[in-house]
Amino acid sequence: MCIKKGISAAIAFARYDQNIMGEEVKLFRTWSSPFALRIVWALRIKGIEYQTVFEDISNKSPSLLQYNPVHRKVPVLLHNGRPIAESLVILEYIDETWKQAPLLPVDPHERAMARFWAKFGDDKVLGSIWSVFIKQGKEQEEAMVPAMENLKFLEEELKGKKFFGGETIGFVDLALGWLANLIGLLEEIVGLKVVDGEKLPLLSAWMQEFGDAPIIKDNWPARDGMILKFQALRDATFAAASK
Amino acid sequence: MASSSVADQEGQVMLLGFWFSPFVKRVEWALKFKGIEYDYVEEDLTNKSTLLLTSNPIHMRVPVLIHNGNPIAESLVIIEYIDETWKQNPILPQDPYERAMARFWANFIEQKVTESTREALVSQGEQQEKIVKELKEAIEVVEGEAKAKLNDKTLFFGGGNGVGYVDIVLGWTCNWMETIEEVGGFKVLDPESQPQFHKWMANFREVTFVKPTLAPKEKLVEYFRMVRPARLGLVANK
Repeated sequence: MCIKKGISAAIAFARYDQNIMGEEVKLFRTWSSPFALRIVWALRIKGIEYQTVFEDISNKSPSLLQYNPVHRKVPVLLHNGRPIAESLVILEYIDETWKQAPLLPVDPHERAMARFWAKFGDDKVLGSIWSVFIKQGKEQEEAMVPAMENLKFLEEELKGKKFFGGETIGFVDLALGWLANLIGLLEEIVGLKVVDGEKLPLLSAWMQEFGDAPIIKDNWPARDGMILKFQALRDATFAAASK
Repeated sequence: MASSSVADQEGQVMLLGFWFSPFVKRVEWALKFKGIEYDYVEEDLTNKSTLLLTSNPIHMRVPVLIHNGNPIAESLVIIEYIDETWKQNPILPQDPYERAMARFWANFIEQKVTESTREALVSQGEQQEKIVKELKEAIEVVEGEAKAKLNDKTLFFGGGNGVGYVDIVLGWTCNWMETIEEVGGFKVLDPESQPQFHKWMANFREVTFVKPTLAPKEKLVEYFRMVRPARLGLVANK
């Protein structure tokens, strides 16, 4: 009886530890990619063991090119030897494959809303914030208009909620999470306040809550490195524009 | 005929659309594929209804699906909603990895084919040449996928079971691409270098729930000719 119990316990433990069962999870990322960060957060939130492969964008590994021949970008998730690319696609895959700590809601309409907001973030918010960042003077003023409109929509969506996912961090929080880190950095570089605590109180509060949440906080890329990187990107864009 | 369980789930299904829009057509194909009854409301895009503006305040555009009073916008989001709400005739595969592949290709089509076609239409000269080159390359990738996945027994990307998510997302090319080429003054379609893609388009056109929905070329061209000058005007005035 004792031996049987022992073996059952061992099997149960082995099933719990995915690596012993041979379920290999590997994430190809760069140190700074906000898209790859979404995957780090998702894997951590679900307690999934994984290996990390850091890529140098200027010198992409043969593996990356093999696993994402179409876009040749990070992130790529490798699960049991099969690659998945595109961060939001990877998030959905992770959510469907590992059921603990669900990222998307259960109700189909709420799921649709989550997908809508994630898409809004990538299609509209990201580009509009970037426009503000890489422009100067009057052009920058003009770029602020659509950026602020987009942020106001996010502000509305947070009404009555701590996170976009409700009481806990969910799919939309991970998709928009880059805001919580990048906005502050860009504001510092550009010397312009984009998310004003008075004009956008809920979004401000969310950036704080999300940014300080344990798993999220532990994984932000090095601030100094980010400042340097984005300063350089901004300078390069100005140089190209003035040619 | 719809089974009673389908009718129970349906509640009220309303689609706000515009006859010309390929994005609306996608949603219609998804609904028809599953045999879902719906009320169709034709919007006047120059005079958008209050219903449209309140249902989709962020983008203020069609398609919008309203199910039991709940609005959903963005064609790909709507299609996934339809697939999760009505279980018959699955659009996406069941297996998570296959689903990821389908979503990956849908994204690729949207970013590299659909969006690029839109840009090519409203651009001119050097800018257009650049975009058309990228669009051609994207279609080459699609051709590669068609070559790898399709054969005499598997006509569609949905697999042996027939059409699926990727087909519905790519489907607009089978009727709108030629028209856009003509009006936009560029060429990307080439039956010789894209034989599998052309075969796929021909097969998709013939799908029972697709065929009756395709507007004749003359009607599309007429509408496009109206729109392109206006769009270019908008771009030039920025």
